[in-house]
Amino acid sequence: MSAVTRIVGDLRQGWGRYTVIGVPYLFLIVLFTIPFLVVLRLSFSQADGASFADLTSYTDGILHIQIKLANYIYLATDDLYAETYLSSLKFAAINTGLCLFIGYPFAYFMVRSPVSMRPALLMLVSLPFWTSFLLRVYAWQGLLDDEGIINGLLMWVGIIEEPIQMLRTSFSLIVGMVYTYLPFMILPLYSNLVKMDMRLLEAAKDLGCGPLKAFWLITVPLSKNGIIAGSMLVFIPSVGEYVIPTLLGGPDNLMIGRVLWDEFFANNDWPMASSVAVTMVLLILAPLVIFNRYQSQTGGDR
Amino acid sequence: MNARNAQADAGFVRIDRLTKRFDDVAAVDNVSIEIAKGEIFALLGSSGCGKSTLLRMLAGFETPSEGTIYLEGQPVSAMQPYNRPINMMFQSYALFPHLTVWDNIAFGLKREGMPKAQIEERVEEMLRIVQLKKFVKRKPHQLSGGQQQRVALARALAKRPKLLLLDEPLGALDAKLREETQMELKNIIKNVGVTCVLVTHDQDEAMTMADRIAIMSEGRFRQVGLPFEIYETPNCRFVADFIGKVNLFDGALTEDAPDYCVVTTPEGVFYVNHGVTGTEGMDVTVAVRPEKIGLSSSAPTDTSRNAVTGTIVTNSYYGSASIYHVQLATGKRVLVSCEHSSRHDEHFQRDDPVWLCWEPESLVVLRS
Repeated sequence: MSAVTRIVGDLRQGWGRYTVIGVPYLFLIVLFTIPFLVVLRLSFSQADGASFADLTSYTDGILHIQIKLANYIYLATDDLYAETYLSSLKFAAINTGLCLFIGYPFAYFMVRSPVSMRPALLMLVSLPFWTSFLLRVYAWQGLLDDEGIINGLLMWVGIIEEPIQMLRTSFSLIVGMVYTYLPFMILPLYSNLVKMDMRLLEAAKDLGCGPLKAFWLITVPLSKNGIIAGSMLVFIPSVGEYVIPTLLGGPDNLMIGRVLWDEFFANNDWPMASSVAVTMVLLILAPLVIFNRYQSQTGGDR
Repeated sequence: MNARNAQADAGFVRIDRLTKRFDDVAAVDNVSIEIAKGEIFALLGSSGCGKSTLLRMLAGFETPSEGTIYLEGQPVSAMQPYNRPINMMFQSYALFPHLTVWDNIAFGLKREGMPKAQIEERVEEMLRIVQLKKFVKRKPHQLSGGQQQRVALARALAKRPKLLLLDEPLGALDAKLREETQMELKNIIKNVGVTCVLVTHDQDEAMTMADRIAIMSEGRFRQVGLPFEIYETPNCRFVADFIGKVNLFDGALTEDAPDYCVVTTPEGVFYVNHGVTGTEGMDVTVAVRPEKIGLSSSAPTDTSRNAVTGTIVTNSYYGSASIYHVQLATGKRVLVSCEHSSRHDEHFQRDDPVWLCWEPESLVVLRS
């Protein structure tokens, strides 16, 4: 009797657990793994008019496997792609660096401010999310345009005679990216720094550290996970960024997101676009894997 | 040691009229004390009494509103904490979680710019003192509470500070470990010979570890003295009540001579073998510790002893001693503790009528 109830209980408990774990798994499988496999398959396919040839066919007892590698070979040999990937990584890296440079002091300031003020500061950080991302990027056009507010103001004050070209340059691209991604750096840093035991800084001071040294030897290493998390959150999406380079970037700011778009919608070359996308995912996946391994190694640190 | 050195050693640490105000509330209020070289000095008090603020001023984390701290005659209160030859063992230790035991202990030495070989030597020495050689490569979270405490001690001692500060050194340990650690900690500090100021709310800790204790409340020292002085001759009602258990009788001074006095209370007239310089008729309190009261079933023959009658309300037998609550005729309850030094001691039961008596010298007269 008791054995039966126990088994039933185990089953029910197991059900509850699998349901809870299952929902995110299902979500990831349906919305990430399957689409990715579709894209992966497309990248190896021969375009056959509007449809794509099967990768495998079976005729007369022979299994034909047809994997088209031409797209990847083309990707590897054409300098444009390599340059675009590099340029995307460069802009993503600059963006991440600037976000960290601005975001770290910001998060630090938030953590050091009175507890009563923190919710207000957190709200200010997330306030931009209340407006559509697209609108906010468009707004930068209005600010940075030759006849925009900033140039207008500078000319009215008399600092400059001619408008400075800011829009459609690397400058406007980076401004837009930093502006957009800054909260993604600040929030993980804040949640990491806020957990830090301030007495550790006192201990460091007590043992002979000046404030800067204590910051460098204690605060920075202890916020390492926050720095990594924030950097990942900024770096990964900015590699494939499409909207900001399109609206604010210059013609020579090559970004892989725009190439992708062109391949898909301008050239209608879906297999090529797919291989560009797969390569990008792999490029981004590499640092993520390294990060994960690193985290599981030092996971018990705190 | 000549007289001049002894003089210098007596005032090794000198706290001179130190006050710390937070928003006009004095956390530490005009405190002065001298601490001798090699002494373990305990600041004892309940939370909010100002003991931690005083310790933090010694460490340099708080700036005094008024007054000065001298170390070996030199004022240090204006120095930054990282420049003071003073190290602190923090409450719950504040070990650096990202550094190994070795790096935690070496942390302060590296900041000094000590040569590498010398650092290694010193860390070795510290590890030997606290017996943690096996754990050098561990991180703090891989250590037990007692081990963490020893790392914290080693880290604080590594720079050979002139003054060691301990903030609730045993507070994070469980009761059993605390007792063992208490003696070990005291031995290490005494062997090293460092002067030490210790903050605690635990009177047993203060009594067993310290050479001298200051009882603090509301930012002031209520009494400073050797542990037995604090216990046997408390100077005020607060201290008597704070340290150990005590029976207090409120009454009036009816006779005051240089070598004795008489206090009349509702419970009886008590003879005390020391005089108080007060006016007759003034309100005083007499205090007597539970273990100084004797119980018997018959009236004492020695009439020089103070005696009152009462009835046993509760009796608790602990093997080595018994604790009784005795109700007096006035309704006042008195705590009596009888050590069983003989197997044939009298045992009393609930509702037994008893005589309570104590020597005139067991009483302390408290004013205010």
